Amino acid sequence: MKICVLVKEVPDAAVEKRIDPSTGRLDRSGERNLNPYDTHAIEAAMQIREGGSDVEEIVAVTMGPESAVRALHKAVSLGADRSVHLSDDSLAGSDVAATGYALAKTLQRESPDLVLLGQQSDDGECYTIGAVVADHLQMPSLTQVIKLDVEDGAKLRCERQAEYGYDTVSVEMPAVISVGDAINEPRYPSLKAIMGAKKKPLDAVAAGDVGIESDHVGEAGSQVQCGDFKPPPEKAGGEIIEDEDTDETVEKIVAWLDERKLL
Amino acid sequence: MAVATDLIAKTDEQKAITEMVRQFADEKILPNAEHYDHEDEFPAPIVEQMKDLGLFGVTIPEEYGGMGLDLTTYAMIVEELSRGWISISGIVNTHFIGSYLLMKFGTEEQKQKYLARMATGEIRAAFSLSEPECGSDVQAIKTTARKLDGAYEINGQKMWVTNGLLSSLVFVLVKTDPSAEPKYKGMTCFIAEKEPGVSENSGEYAGFTVPPKIKKLGYKGVESTELVFDGYRCPAENILGGEEAGLGQGFVQMMDALEVGRVNVAARGVGIAQRALELALRYSQERKAFGKEIAQHQAIQFKLADMATQVEAARLLTLRAARLKDAGERSDLEAGMAKLFASEAGRFCVEESLRIHGGYGYSKEYEVERLYRDAPLLLIGEGTSEIQRMVIGRKLLQRHKI
Ligand SMILES: Cc1cc2nc3c(=O)[nH]c(=O)nc-3n(C[C@H](O)[C@H](O)[C@H](O)COP(=O)(O)OP(=O)(O)OC[C@H]3O[C@@H](n4cnc5c(N)ncnc54)[C@H](O)[C@@H]3O)c2cc1C
Repeated sequence: MKICVLVKEVPDAAVEKRIDPSTGRLDRSGERNLNPYDTHAIEAAMQIREGGSDVEEIVAVTMGPESAVRALHKAVSLGADRSVHLSDDSLAGSDVAATGYALAKTLQRESPDLVLLGQQSDDGECYTIGAVVADHLQMPSLTQVIKLDVEDGAKLRCERQAEYGYDTVSVEMPAVISVGDAINEPRYPSLKAIMGAKKKPLDAVAAGDVGIESDHVGEAGSQVQCGDFKPPPEKAGGEIIEDEDTDETVEKIVAWLDERKLL
Repeated sequence: MAVATDLIAKTDEQKAITEMVRQFADEKILPNAEHYDHEDEFPAPIVEQMKDLGLFGVTIPEEYGGMGLDLTTYAMIVEELSRGWISISGIVNTHFIGSYLLMKFGTEEQKQKYLARMATGEIRAAFSLSEPECGSDVQAIKTTARKLDGAYEINGQKMWVTNGLLSSLVFVLVKTDPSAEPKYKGMTCFIAEKEPGVSENSGEYAGFTVPPKIKKLGYKGVESTELVFDGYRCPAENILGGEEAGLGQGFVQMMDALEVGRVNVAARGVGIAQRALELALRYSQERKAFGKEIAQHQAIQFKLADMATQVEAARLLTLRAARLKDAGERSDLEAGMAKLFASEAGRFCVEESLRIHGGYGYSKEYEVERLYRDAPLLLIGEGTSEIQRMVIGRKLLQRHKI
């Protein structure tokens, strides 16, 4: 079995998210790191291998600028065997649909049995790449998977977190699965793994190498129209109810909740 | 001089390593330190994980199963571990000094015998200079080793041995020639083997006793013990560097190791100071007094400013000493300065942080209370501040003799 894990370089979690007023887009400057949600997908791949399934290869795949190489190094230090870096000027400005298309094209060349990814990226937080990729690859797709077992080497038994409880779903491979962060606790990369990361093969590909049609990607190939983004309004201070007479306090809280139709 | 001008620049690997260790400290050390500190209990699960991560073999060459990383990277790791809890760095610290001694002075057989198992953390090392009656004045040690029937019999008592109980190897400085003049020429470093975790050793290690651990103000969880040698027999081949080359060299070897040890302690000072600053920054923006966050009072802001300045300066001194050593330059003076300044910065910052926490800083509910008890160790271990000043002063005059 061959597993591809989609990974992404995002601004470090410690960097405060803000809208760049000049472009009206998310400001992605500052320290960057591997999207923390993706580390769960890599860990899930590792656990499939360590659980006794015959996993020939775990390949980390990313689309991103040159700096995304660091995220790939981290991905291989966490256990992936090699990585693929799709990077091309023509891809800049791609929206979710275009990004999903470009990633699917890159994945096609690898013909994986299983594509894993994190539930969301820490910057864009779209939660949708998995479905877009699956659509292009004509594979079944599941999201929010928090338990994953390989059955007879060809099927996956997945538990997914639903709004009310859990769904247990069986899917045939190949499939695209996005995992929730409750699925596992990612390991720490050992010093040896960190020092060895640059020695693992990294395949740099351009859009043309994987048959990406240029009018499907980049700003021109994207349907999303960026309007007038603004940072969310600052949270109001909240209301503090001093507890002088408890009966009265309870009444006040109930009234407050009632007013907002929360009861 | 091949020293990077940007002292804090990190290679990709150093970035990835410090990031990993920081995450480890945030997730595994900090949430558990209070428990182990309170119980004065050895943090075994944390140490097991550190073995898996390779943290016991940072500077040991790859040919012996280590990572072969430099002192600078090691110092960065120690800072992050100490930011979590200095007892954790203490568990690595004496081991690091032991492996340095082996790498620099050990015979090939000694390296083969110990380094690979040390790199994995399977066996751990302690080092022992201090005695009940002397610490700063190392040349006043009394423990002796006498050759009898092909082996050396060690007699005497050692004090303040960090990792004294759970280590398998103790690099111990003893007198082999009590009449030597100057005294240091009659001192030898032995690699004393024992059973880890056993207080009354028997069989081939008979005569090596580890009394119950010393109760301490802070720096808990890692044991500091006395060692009693009473007719303990150490084979001649366990003289560091071999009998021929190593006899009478112990003092010089140990002083050399203390130089890297000082960089190590300096990094611990930076780590604890950094943590004290972080806690102060957070608390001072949460706590209100006289109608505003205390951080908005200038007196508190000045404290924060002084703390941050000390942390930054301490870090720069530490990295500079480490980088000089890595570049093969002389770094004795710089290591002394780093140790002096960073350990004092640690003490200064924990006290300021405690003050900023007001009464809560004095309560066991807040982490800074532990930091306040932990930090003073760094003023003492590996040479007190007074001794550092003596060393710095002496070296300065040597370098600038008119
Ligand atoms: C928790 C802990 C762990 C330790 N771990 C180890 C270990 O693993 N291995 C080890 O060998 N040792 C260890 N030590 C011992 C430590 O190195 C010594 O305590 C230290 O060197 C000071 O020695 P001392 O305690 O004998 O003090 P002393 O040497 O007696 O000094 C007492 C005071 O006199 C001052 N003083 C001494 N000489 C002079 C002078 N010439 N001029 C001016 N002032 C002077 C000192 O600065 C100090 O203020 C540890 C100590 C502690 C507290």
